Amino acid sequence: MLQDKDRIFTNLYGQDDWSLAGARRRGVWDNTKALLELGRDSIVEQIKESGLRGRGGAGFPTGLKWSFMPKDRGDRPAYLVVNADESEPGSCKDREILRNDPHRLLEGCLVAGFAMGATACYIYIRGEYFHESSQIQKAIDEAYDAGLIGKNACNSGYDYDIYLHRGAGAYICGEETALLESLEGKKGQPRLKPPFPAACGLYGCPTTINNVETIAVTPEILRRGVSWWTGFGRANNTGTKIFSISGHVNKPLNVEEEMSIPLKDLIERHAGGVIGGWDNLLAVIPGGSSVPCLPAGTCSDILMDFDSLREAQSGLGTAAVIVMDKSTDIVDAICRLSHFYMHESCGQCTPCREGTGWMYRVMTRLVKGEAEIEEIDTLLDVTYQVEGHTICALGDAAAWPIQGLLRHFRPEVERRILERKKSMAAAE
Amino acid sequence: MPKLTIDGKEIEVADGLSVLQACELAGVEIPRFCYHDRLSVAGNCRMCLVEMERAPKPIASCAMPVGEGMVIKTDTDKVKKARNGVMEFLLINHPLDCPICDQGGECDLQDQAMAYGYDRSRYEENKRAVAEKYMGPLIKTIMTRCIQCTRCVRFATEIAGVEEIGLVNRGEHAEITTLEQAIDSELSGNLVDVCPVGALTSKPYAFVARPWELRKTDSIDVMDAVGSNVRVDTRGREVMRVLPRLHEEINEEWINDKTRHACDGLSRQRLDRPYLRNAEGRLEAVTWDVAFKAIAERLEGVSGDKVAAIAGDLCDTESMLALKDLMAGLGSASLDCRQDGAKIDPSCRAGYLFNTSIAGIELADACLIIGANPRWEAAMINARLRKRFLQGRFKVGLIGQQVDLTYPYDYLGAGPESLAEIAEGKGAFAEVLDQAERPMLILGMGALARPDGAAVLAAARKVAERTGMVSPGNGEGDWNGFNVLHTAAARVGGLELDFLPGAGGRDLEGILAGCAEGAIEVVYLLGADEIDMGRLGAPGSGPFVIYQGHHGDAGAHRADVILPGAAYTEKNATYVNTEGRVQLARMAAFPPGEAREDWTILRALSEVVGKRLPYDNLGELRQRLIEANPVFGAVDQIKPAAWGAFGQEGKMAAAPFVSPVGNFYMTDPISRASQTMAQCTEAFGLGGRKGTGTHG
Repeated sequence: MLQDKDRIFTNLYGQDDWSLAGARRRGVWDNTKALLELGRDSIVEQIKESGLRGRGGAGFPTGLKWSFMPKDRGDRPAYLVVNADESEPGSCKDREILRNDPHRLLEGCLVAGFAMGATACYIYIRGEYFHESSQIQKAIDEAYDAGLIGKNACNSGYDYDIYLHRGAGAYICGEETALLESLEGKKGQPRLKPPFPAACGLYGCPTTINNVETIAVTPEILRRGVSWWTGFGRANNTGTKIFSISGHVNKPLNVEEEMSIPLKDLIERHAGGVIGGWDNLLAVIPGGSSVPCLPAGTCSDILMDFDSLREAQSGLGTAAVIVMDKSTDIVDAICRLSHFYMHESCGQCTPCREGTGWMYRVMTRLVKGEAEIEEIDTLLDVTYQVEGHTICALGDAAAWPIQGLLRHFRPEVERRILERKKSMAAAE
Repeated sequence: MPKLTIDGKEIEVADGLSVLQACELAGVEIPRFCYHDRLSVAGNCRMCLVEMERAPKPIASCAMPVGEGMVIKTDTDKVKKARNGVMEFLLINHPLDCPICDQGGECDLQDQAMAYGYDRSRYEENKRAVAEKYMGPLIKTIMTRCIQCTRCVRFATEIAGVEEIGLVNRGEHAEITTLEQAIDSELSGNLVDVCPVGALTSKPYAFVARPWELRKTDSIDVMDAVGSNVRVDTRGREVMRVLPRLHEEINEEWINDKTRHACDGLSRQRLDRPYLRNAEGRLEAVTWDVAFKAIAERLEGVSGDKVAAIAGDLCDTESMLALKDLMAGLGSASLDCRQDGAKIDPSCRAGYLFNTSIAGIELADACLIIGANPRWEAAMINARLRKRFLQGRFKVGLIGQQVDLTYPYDYLGAGPESLAEIAEGKGAFAEVLDQAERPMLILGMGALARPDGAAVLAAARKVAERTGMVSPGNGEGDWNGFNVLHTAAARVGGLELDFLPGAGGRDLEGILAGCAEGAIEVVYLLGADEIDMGRLGAPGSGPFVIYQGHHGDAGAHRADVILPGAAYTEKNATYVNTEGRVQLARMAAFPPGEAREDWTILRALSEVVGKRLPYDNLGELRQRLIEANPVFGAVDQIKPAAWGAFGQEGKMAAAPFVSPVGNFYMTDPISRASQTMAQCTEAFGLGGRKGTGTHG
């Protein structure tokens, strides 16, 4: 269990002063100049060594991502874009950083931006996060006034601007290239890759897009050292992580913990346990709405990290743990997620545009059992027709929850169909 | 030159190609909907998915650039499954109303569903319906059929340069939308061609014919001087539609709306039998014999200098040559093919051609447009200019009417004053031309068809020479940036065979003046409808007017004898476009009624008037054509023209340049007879007539 001294986000709950003065007390902006003096290559190297993986869902190694930025970019500017479009159902970790510890993010923006040779940083914040955006803006203003960013940031001789941009509430704009489109003032639709943003990103310039949490932890990794960071979690799954625990637990919350903590520990120690006790657990969605659910049996000994959850055919995603007890109508719950993905599909590419609606409609019938048994296989087949065939990962995200449901709860779906058939027959 | 393996076959392809293009080179067909050679890559239909070694997921081959050592597989089960899946998704919300769809029989969705789809649908839910959109008189929309490939959006934004179509809403509700007004582009008809399904179809052609009922004839367009390559689809003797035909150096695969949709004018207002003005001054239908005899009688005893001929805008070169020969037989040297009175100097061939060539525009880096509105006068050339603009580093300057050309330009002034400044090397744009490596200019008829045209021509030549538009070598492969933009399909052909006043002959102005003062007694109008008929005097009082043509337009109204000829789709004929490119139009349908191919009329008439022309078939006539000017022997080739002096330096008037095309949709007898073009004229408010309170 993570000790208080090892926590990075010491104001996660907003009990302390969020502003610059409070942040400085918590160690933020503490000799940031020294971090920059480590030099570009050294920072990237240390982040690579730390094994930090992106906190936005895909878990791509952060140091590696930064190293893709061209060293020699000529006159072209380069950008760091911070993805604060936290819209994944169940996920609410970035929000706490944005509103309670904005300076930690800003310091990260400076350090990460410097390490990748960015000339400016854009923070793209979810439109619904109004309070958070005003907090961030205030923090940016404070940082400019204190000379921490802007011209000669932190007296390092490095000029660096940070801009805040509010989104308009589309889930797809959290996809990195759709985010860039939106930032450019266009319709938020994912771009084709290649070219990747590191070569041709925002306004056609080299760009790296990172999640809020990823950026916010980097200064602390450099300050406290790589070995401190790698001391948490299993190999390849290092560090600390904010988990958002919601659903049928006694105390839903965000909590920073070490990676690879057992799921059961996480729920019992921090969230006050499952309502009605561990035996009342039906299923857990361990990483935000897009990853497949895990049945109660698997939950008892699974570790919360990228590799372990992948082995269980699920994923860590954003580490938003959605707990469902036995009172849950699991088919309806997944159906609701299907509706979400249908609603949020951008409509650009065929499988997602057509498939999400199809899947949702079949799901609504499955909830009530108004289907044939064969349709379960058809539905599963449709999810595989969507998965991996789309421009971005939204198609996968729409397919996985249904695949998880049918993998673990197929008998429940079949039961409903058979029962309805029986009652229809009885009515005749 | 990356080397890659496609389905086990190694192939080396050029850098920068996409995997899809490489597959095509390897002879492997990749199904696609959103991908189009000439549009940006959208990658959204997902039909072109293929497997790539070391890639976890299938890749969209249209968007993936080729790389060294790539291993591509297109015939695996995974690929088949992916295509099946995408096809099924495309069809679940498609109405499958092929039996009543005009795209039926030439529909990408239909064809690819046959080749790559399942044979049945597993979709049990209700289908989506989408409200129709209004796109003007040319395009009919059935948006429920749309598969959101966004080709139309990309065509409108990129090629046509009008941002009037877009994809709105998201997910299932995504739909193509417009501004609910007619698409303000002269290229809008191409939207129908790029649409891979039946969402956008041709409105005038709706429910008219099925593709397999049509006979297809490759031909040439005559609605402007570009000479776009077209395919004429006929059923029986009626032209049902005109479609573009690929010609990379002229129209690529597009045509303008007039080319495409004026074809209904071919069956209206036609002259289908000879007419003779009778004693009461009425035109009366007669037989060919009577008409010819009347002409012979009138010519009897009239000396050659009292006879004149004017050729119109749509004439083929064969008939012009036959008329020229006939006039020579009659002893007349008064002939002119410049019915707009343009002061073109025929002494130097480079002085009346579009020397840069249309494809050559893509090599230019600066362009000065003088007295032309290329968007309306030569839409395909304007499209090429826009294409060049999109490639970047292309400055355009304009002297003349300030119109929207779909690309930005520096407006330099309205008339000759501004041209004179540039000719003297003054002003910022003169510097742009100076510094450009390959500068070009486009001189329109708006600058030449005016009394001071010869001086304007000389000033333009001065600009060209001063700014190095003509490279000194002046041979094959050398740059010549001097371009005259003609508006009539017949013009360059007429100039090439010297359908011009001979020694002692009168030019257009001289002929018209001669008519007024009685010096000209007989005028032969070969499809000439754009001259001021008032100057020929009223029938009975002025000269005897013979009109040979295919439409009952201005010329026929004034005529004393009408000889019904063939329109461009009804004869095998030669045309020369503004570049000097000789092209052959082919007979797609027979002329209506008694009407005949034009050269045969002249040949028959020559016999009656006793000046028998020495050719009995088209082959002999074409031989004579080549003798008259060897360029006619080189079909579809451009013979570079030698530079020389042309034009006549002098004082230019102050009047601004005005484009001869006031209404793009009605410029000639065919388009004026077309209902579709009339609807366009009304839709874009070009007719100048206001509706009354009860109108519409």
